[in-house]
Amino acid sequence: MSDVEEAITRAHHDEWARVVAALTRRFGDLDIAEEAAAEAFTTAVERWRADGLPPNPGAWLTTTANRKAIDRIRRENKRDDKHKEAQMLHDNTPPEPLGAIDDDRLRLIFTCCHPALAVEARVALTLRMVGGLTVPEIARAFLVQGSTMEQRITRAKAKIKAARIPYRMPSADDLPARVSGVLAVLFLVFNEGYLASGPDTDPVRHDLTTEAIRLTRLIRALLPQDGEVAGLLALMLLTEARRPARVSAGGELVALDEQDRGAWDAALIAEGHRLVRERLAAAAAGVAPGRYQILAAINAVHTSARDMRDTDWSQVLALYDQLVRLDRSPIIALNRAIAVAELDGPEVALAIVDRLAEALAGYHAYHATRADLLRRLGQSQQSRAAYDRAIELAGNTGETAYLTRRRDQLQ
Amino acid sequence: MQYLVSVIDDKSNPGSTDRQPAISAFNERLIAEGYWVFAGGLADTDAATVIDNRGEQAVVSDGPFVESKEYLAGVWVWEVPDLDVALKLAAEASKVCDRKIEVRPFQ
Repeated sequence: MSDVEEAITRAHHDEWARVVAALTRRFGDLDIAEEAAAEAFTTAVERWRADGLPPNPGAWLTTTANRKAIDRIRRENKRDDKHKEAQMLHDNTPPEPLGAIDDDRLRLIFTCCHPALAVEARVALTLRMVGGLTVPEIARAFLVQGSTMEQRITRAKAKIKAARIPYRMPSADDLPARVSGVLAVLFLVFNEGYLASGPDTDPVRHDLTTEAIRLTRLIRALLPQDGEVAGLLALMLLTEARRPARVSAGGELVALDEQDRGAWDAALIAEGHRLVRERLAAAAAGVAPGRYQILAAINAVHTSARDMRDTDWSQVLALYDQLVRLDRSPIIALNRAIAVAELDGPEVALAIVDRLAEALAGYHAYHATRADLLRRLGQSQQSRAAYDRAIELAGNTGETAYLTRRRDQLQ
Repeated sequence: MQYLVSVIDDKSNPGSTDRQPAISAFNERLIAEGYWVFAGGLADTDAATVIDNRGEQAVVSDGPFVESKEYLAGVWVWEVPDLDVALKLAAEASKVCDRKIEVRPFQ
């Protein structure tokens, strides 16, 4: 890649959200902001290739995008409303101070993740407006038609406008709930990347996990005091660190006990552990940890161990016990049972898992967990039936391959 | 910005019937804070009449335009700066009325 191409990619990563956010504040319209930002980047590709890089690419992009937005407003207002046009042109609102909590990008994120929007719309809008992914890229990531994704984003922007979803920081008492809404969106993006669905999809979608981490880093930079933001970032880093060992050369998912731990990304693990230690210190000082912090701590235990047997399972179980008190979801109870199996044996764990039958009958991991416990108890026939059900329900190609091999290894 | 705030009740699982004093107090607050435009509780859907005069002559029929388990029990119109303010008040309204609330902007 040439220097200019590299600079354009970097500028897109670093500046897209900033440009869209600043334009949205100035013009009060996501459509105008999105279109003008896209035009500015297209112009940058042409101009930077021809004339070389401007001294300050970020400022160049903001100025160009502003001009594009004003051009569009002028075109649209040509027939009427000269007065409004003049007002727009003379908007002297000072730019928001950089680095402060009231960064424009935070407003953009909170607007895109507003609870009044459908969850799929929040995900799509966040990836488009904050992440700068193109509509076809987002459509591919979620295995829907480009036109469907386009419609989803258009409808979300229309609701923001019609219902007047505000472009501002949530009030202090709404902040924790709204931040947790943003984190849920980012976790969804990450999980879709980490366990991609669809028969023709790679088992791990590196593009989505990377994007989710990038956006979570951004939130972390903007809200450095928030424990759950740190927790989610740590959780993502410690999960992503295992990615190199998670899929075999044949495209099969590799379970934790069979992973080559030497292939884990040591730098990501170190960064994740640093964040977990920071949160442990806060917890010791009396700040109760939320679910992402606890999940991160569980992953820190796993990534500190040399192998399965070296894992501090009583620590893992203690953390799950803490998590169950916060989150009564049967999926958490299922994961807790896996730790129970390591400490108290598969029989005790199976009794716990069987109690979740009703809630998790349609969840592939429930059947996969049962299959493994039954296998360890020597109940091959029942184990095979559970593997069959898990394979039927699993949407991930690598996981299907893994489950099929385990089933076929049964005596 | 004005919003139509609808109180939704459920025929098979109705909200409690002793909410009137709390609703009155809530209305007083809406007025004091400048959000109140209009409020009204509605009679039962059995009392509704539909009229369709798009054809040759008006057709009058008994009952609401759509029969459903959930129905509109009352409405407010609020004047508020944006959806966040409306949703915050609607969350309180839902508690006060012991019913679901729909918030819908006017054009």
